[in-house]
Amino acid sequence: MDQQAPKPELKPAPLRTGVAVDMVGVHKWFGEFHVLRDINLRVTRGERIVICGPSGSGKSTMIRCINRLEEHQQGKIVVDGVELTNDLKRIDEVRREVGMVFQHFNLFPHLTVLENLTLAPIWVRKMSKRQAEEVALHYLKRVKIPEQAGKYPGQLSGGQQQRVAIARALCMSPKIMLFDEPTSALDPEMVKEVLDTMVHLADDGMTMLCVTHEMGFARQVANRIVFMDAGQIVEVNAPEPFFANPQHERTKLFLSQILH
Amino acid sequence: MSDMATTTDTRLMAGPPSFVQTRPLDPLPPPMKDSGAIGWVRQNLFSSPLNIALTLVCALLIAWVVPPIIKFMLIDAVWDGASRADCVVQPDRPQVGACWAFVIDRIGFFTYGFYPIDQRWRVDVFFALLAFGVGWMAWLDAPRRDLGVIYFFIVMPVLSVILLLGLPAIRLPSVSTEQWGGVLVTIVVATVGIVASLPLGILLALGRRSEMPAVRMFSIIFIEFVRGVPLITVLFMASVMLPLFVPDAWSPDKLLRALIGVALFSAAYMAEVVRAGLQAIPKGQYEAAMALGLGYWRMMILIVLPQALKITIPNIVNNTIGLFKDTTLVFIVGIFDFLKSIEVGRIDPNWATPVTSTTGYAFAAVFYFIFCYSMSRYARYVEFRVAAGDRR
Repeated sequence: MDQQAPKPELKPAPLRTGVAVDMVGVHKWFGEFHVLRDINLRVTRGERIVICGPSGSGKSTMIRCINRLEEHQQGKIVVDGVELTNDLKRIDEVRREVGMVFQHFNLFPHLTVLENLTLAPIWVRKMSKRQAEEVALHYLKRVKIPEQAGKYPGQLSGGQQQRVAIARALCMSPKIMLFDEPTSALDPEMVKEVLDTMVHLADDGMTMLCVTHEMGFARQVANRIVFMDAGQIVEVNAPEPFFANPQHERTKLFLSQILH
Repeated sequence: MSDMATTTDTRLMAGPPSFVQTRPLDPLPPPMKDSGAIGWVRQNLFSSPLNIALTLVCALLIAWVVPPIIKFMLIDAVWDGASRADCVVQPDRPQVGACWAFVIDRIGFFTYGFYPIDQRWRVDVFFALLAFGVGWMAWLDAPRRDLGVIYFFIVMPVLSVILLLGLPAIRLPSVSTEQWGGVLVTIVVATVGIVASLPLGILLALGRRSEMPAVRMFSIIFIEFVRGVPLITVLFMASVMLPLFVPDAWSPDKLLRALIGVALFSAAYMAEVVRAGLQAIPKGQYEAAMALGLGYWRMMILIVLPQALKITIPNIVNNTIGLFKDTTLVFIVGIFDFLKSIEVGRIDPNWATPVTSTTGYAFAAVFYFIFCYSMSRYARYVEFRVAAGDRR
């Protein structure tokens, strides 16, 4: 690849509004089960939100509603000025601008790492193959695994796979990044390399919503921590007061159980 | 062993040992040879009493069945001759095996049916075009497989139709499909059936999993209805009932009707095979594709189907082999396929001998076996190749 080629435009377009995600009175049911109850959350541009809470509290469901992997039944969700409805065009518009990283990586096993990264830029962003590969290599370098470009996901370690998954989302130059427990499926010694990548991303000013149990990461990176229980947002606070002086009994109990 | 250890321990504790081994022990005997021809035989044929018994039974069965077959097919077989006289028992030839002279004499009929003899070269060219196309598609490392797809799905079908049906404008006299027969018909029906049923089956499988109720209902009704009736019924309906609804002038050709019947029938089976593959793809793959903003068709074509089809290769080939053999049923609606041409050939009085039928059917069996076994072997090769491509 030509080293001197002009750098492709990697900066995402700025958010159209100061509000990245606005959730107003959102409810969701899985059959009879009321999984989200009256969620109100406004995320401003460049904000980094960490969402925590016991399992089954609806954290994942909430962030999956933001790119419509789950459908909400009541209330309003506006992502970068686009309200999510049943209109497929709008959903695709939102998904193009919102990157997501999953607990189980969900890399495409039949494609090489490079093909995983260039697929969406080529087919959705209509980039040329050459340009998409340049962008992909740029982000592979940024997650520190450019030498793995030709391998298949199954040949990488869990930490490497998750870093590829982050790079894959970044290749679409998203305005907002969603992380759904990105380190929960990793061996302990691989958690750090993934968290480091996410910290770098935060330093660059990316708007991030992150479901995680990594409280050290939350303390270091988050602007606000959202604590959820039983489908409700129980408490929202900046990290310092959140850890030092939790307001609700449920939050105190949760923190006492995970911080030893 | 443990006895000795205890003794040693006590001795050690009690003071200096009263006995010290001064000479190394004799070496253990070498392990049983388990590589090479002898090792293979020992491991696979004579490893246990049950295995020995099974080996003996199988050996006896082989000794009982194989020599008579070889004797009939090869040793006593008649290779040249012009009529039945060469294949009947004569005083100087008390044993008569397979009458290959009959097959050799009628091979043109078996291959081309009633296709005009001076035009048979057109069928040969068609076979060559098809073999070239299949080779191009089947050889996974072939150059320019994108051109191969265009050739196989557009160029070759058009050329073949012109070639086989004829186009008087370019001095190719027309040959009606009534005159087609033998291997030609079998190959045409099988190829069209196989090539049409996979895309149709994929569409039906996607339809059955669609969130649009009308599409889903249509797919379910089609699949369940077609699977619920025998192929013979479908063929009868295609050839007998269709003309009742459509005016004569519009009524499609008899062979074409059978082709459509076979293609739709196998599409229903293919759909269920593909659906099984779709269901095996983890939900995360769909979610990752959606989260990247790929629409439904791109998600299916780029992410889901490549993985789903790969795991269903064995079943797809199973269906294909079944379809290849099911093409023999088209003779029921008066189409002259390979098996039917043998059926006609074997009752020809000119070749009426006690061994003619056996020979004809043996020939048919060899023909079908070669095709089906090749498909099976090819599928193994493809499986091996795609498995090497991605180790999970």
